[in-house]
Amino acid sequence: MADGHTLTATGTTALAHGDYLDDPKGLMSWLTTVDHKRIGIMYLWSITFFMIVGGLFAMLIRIEHLTPTRTIMDAEMYNRVFTLHGAIMVFLVIIPAIPASLGNFALPLLLGAKDVAFPRINLMSLYLYWTGALMALGTLFMGGVDTGWTFYTPYSTTTGGGVTLMVFAAFVLGFSSIFTGVNFIATVHKLRAPGMGWFEMPLFCWGMYSTALIQILATPVLGITLLLLAMERLFHIGIFDPQLGGDPVLFQHFFWFYSHPAVYIMILPAMAVMSEVIPVFSKKTIFGYKAIAFSSVAIALLGFLVWAHHMFVAGMSIYAGAIFSFLTFFIAIPSAIKVFNWIATMWEGSIELRSPMLYAIAFLLVFTIGGLTGLFLASLSTDVHLHDTYFVVAHFHYVMAGSNLLALLAGLHYWWPKMFGRLYNESLARIGCVLVFLGFNATFIPQFIMGSRGMPRRYYNYLPQFQALHVASTIGAMLLAVGLFLTLANLLASFRRPKGMVDNPWGGKTLEWATSSPPPTENFEGQPVPLHGPYDYRAVPAPIGSEVHTG
Amino acid sequence: MNWLQSFLLPRAAATHASEVDGLFMFIIYLTIFFFFFNGALVFYAAHRWRRRSAGEITPHTTHNTKLELIWSIIPLTVVMMIFFWGFKGYISAAVAPNDAIEIVVTAKKWVWQFEYPDGTRTLNDLHVPLNKPVKLIMHSEDVIHSFFVPTFRLKRDVLPGRYTELWFTATEPGVQQVFCAEYCGKGHSDMLAKIHVDTDEQYETFLREGDEQVRQMPLKDLGRLVYENKGCATCHSIDGTRGQGPSWLGSYGQVHQGTDGKGHLVDENYIRESILYPQAVIVQGYQPIMPTFQGLLREREILGVIEYIRSLK
Repeated sequence: MADGHTLTATGTTALAHGDYLDDPKGLMSWLTTVDHKRIGIMYLWSITFFMIVGGLFAMLIRIEHLTPTRTIMDAEMYNRVFTLHGAIMVFLVIIPAIPASLGNFALPLLLGAKDVAFPRINLMSLYLYWTGALMALGTLFMGGVDTGWTFYTPYSTTTGGGVTLMVFAAFVLGFSSIFTGVNFIATVHKLRAPGMGWFEMPLFCWGMYSTALIQILATPVLGITLLLLAMERLFHIGIFDPQLGGDPVLFQHFFWFYSHPAVYIMILPAMAVMSEVIPVFSKKTIFGYKAIAFSSVAIALLGFLVWAHHMFVAGMSIYAGAIFSFLTFFIAIPSAIKVFNWIATMWEGSIELRSPMLYAIAFLLVFTIGGLTGLFLASLSTDVHLHDTYFVVAHFHYVMAGSNLLALLAGLHYWWPKMFGRLYNESLARIGCVLVFLGFNATFIPQFIMGSRGMPRRYYNYLPQFQALHVASTIGAMLLAVGLFLTLANLLASFRRPKGMVDNPWGGKTLEWATSSPPPTENFEGQPVPLHGPYDYRAVPAPIGSEVHTG
Repeated sequence: MNWLQSFLLPRAAATHASEVDGLFMFIIYLTIFFFFFNGALVFYAAHRWRRRSAGEITPHTTHNTKLELIWSIIPLTVVMMIFFWGFKGYISAAVAPNDAIEIVVTAKKWVWQFEYPDGTRTLNDLHVPLNKPVKLIMHSEDVIHSFFVPTFRLKRDVLPGRYTELWFTATEPGVQQVFCAEYCGKGHSDMLAKIHVDTDEQYETFLREGDEQVRQMPLKDLGRLVYENKGCATCHSIDGTRGQGPSWLGSYGQVHQGTDGKGHLVDENYIRESILYPQAVIVQGYQPIMPTFQGLLREREILGVIEYIRSLK
């Protein structure tokens, strides 16, 4: 270990001063911090808050759908509720979730760095997030937004409510995302520990890097698109309004040019977490490091070429449809490669089914379904039938909500001891995982079925033949909610225990485990130099007592 | 596994549906297979290689290029096959046969209007003949809508400022459900329509007598519908304002002065004559520009107009 650092008999590192949570103290020290770990934690609480808000809107939707006609709200309210559910979940939860919380916390630690490349910009990212979030909530006082999170024109340019404020909120949030991306790219390029080449850094970093590429290249297009939408509403410039000679389909091209890569901003970090959790809990080196690394970059780049697969029936030329369908299928391959490599990592390993690993296994199953159901939508003739039905809703919830959420929870349960120096109750964590997994599937499998049977999405009323499936879905959602609240409560309850965590409870080989749990503000005492690869389990086993026994 | 197909998909009611269903089921089987295959591998590994002691050493297997190629090339081949299959179905649905009956569809919040080759219009009810190709030429008067028929496996967005097309050959007599499939506001989920797939006989009846809705409608309401949709409103007002033709307000029972110097009582016969032979009597002070509606209005529609005029006191 670098000097100033004593490895005690129990495997904890005694710190010369407090850890990053305690030192410095006070609310102001948090609000003006430039410590990536504190920023990551503040993002974590913000995202949790908005996940609860977005989740409440989801519960309102599901309750409304218990009956085919009016249940608890009228059509106009319903339209606002599903819009806000989507907008909050996409912009305030799923896009920032893993990069801004786990990414911010872990990336510098994994690289052996003291912080990200631009710590002050990191803080600005957080403030932009809070600003955009407040603006989005502000639309509640302007009559809400009823356009759907996709803002298609000319409905979005002609309807009332707080659309303009909402698009400006998304515009501001876009900058939060871009700054995070800039930071991560610079950090990965410039702040790796000595001796850590590109192919010696943890795959989580490759995942964050690929995500960051998309963040900086795609988000500006959303910004411009939203600005044009605002201009159209305010000044009637006629770019999307056909009555003024504009083209409403042009909006869709602009919108999806960002929003398709955006879904890879969501899934790449989730995959990045998998590449960390699975080797540790299989106590085996990652299988196919380069394949996974290159797949991450491939997914990021290919993601820019397929946007119009959201528009096969939009009135686009059939030739364009054919090209976009063809390209879309290629993204299946790097995704499949990763899944097979993770399974191969488990093969002949020494597997411990602790909660992070249970979440990882749940991810593998849910992501398999999510990815494969994408094939129906990539394929032209089946997509014509399934587009704008609940089949699509189920597909994207499997990849965006299911896979992402499970990966976030895997990463949280994995890094929790490092972040807070405490452990949650493992039995409750496992129960939470099972409830979330079962609840999630119970919510969305009925939606695949109603979709292929012809149930359109964004429908307030529906034909009575779909009621049984809707009721089943709502019951599933309640189970999911129970699982999530149990998990949250379990994680929060860990704060009742005093800090007293060993540095490396899981026996991980990446650099964050070579410092105390929680780490000091400067992460390491001196510059750490990795003595082995991030997944090298041939190295000397960790000192006795440094691993936590089941409890 | 036909039970699975009927569980997941609505019945097939157009020639196009079988193209789609074959591919859909193939991908279903693929999905089910790989879900259980991956799941089996994961559960097998988690059980067979569960950690039995703290100090276990695992093999340092970093990669296997041959495996990487296998699980890249096989999936790539399969997805390419799926692409071509989907592409084929998409193209065949894009090109209507030359002899397709053309129907113009107008979408507006929140109704579907259909206009037939003979100029008839219906609202929310589309009549098509069985086993004959029909082409819909569609546009919207306001926001983007989408015409979706699940039993045909067909959908196309309906745009303002542009025309989009959809064609089908219906293979089952009866009623097929149409949904609007592009969110368009408050009435989006109520913007439903029905396709009545008529046998030759039923279709003949429809062409002759109009659709069910029209046949059931009270004459006065039918007359009002004709007034609004067939062009009468262009020249004749119902509030007394002078237009290109005399206002209908209070006209029933009046005496119109003709350019022939005679007085003509506005009764049922006069109205019928004005519709079918407009040049027979020209009212003084007006130009002889009214076109004839011979062949453009059904008998019942003429009766409806008469009733409607009678009601405008």
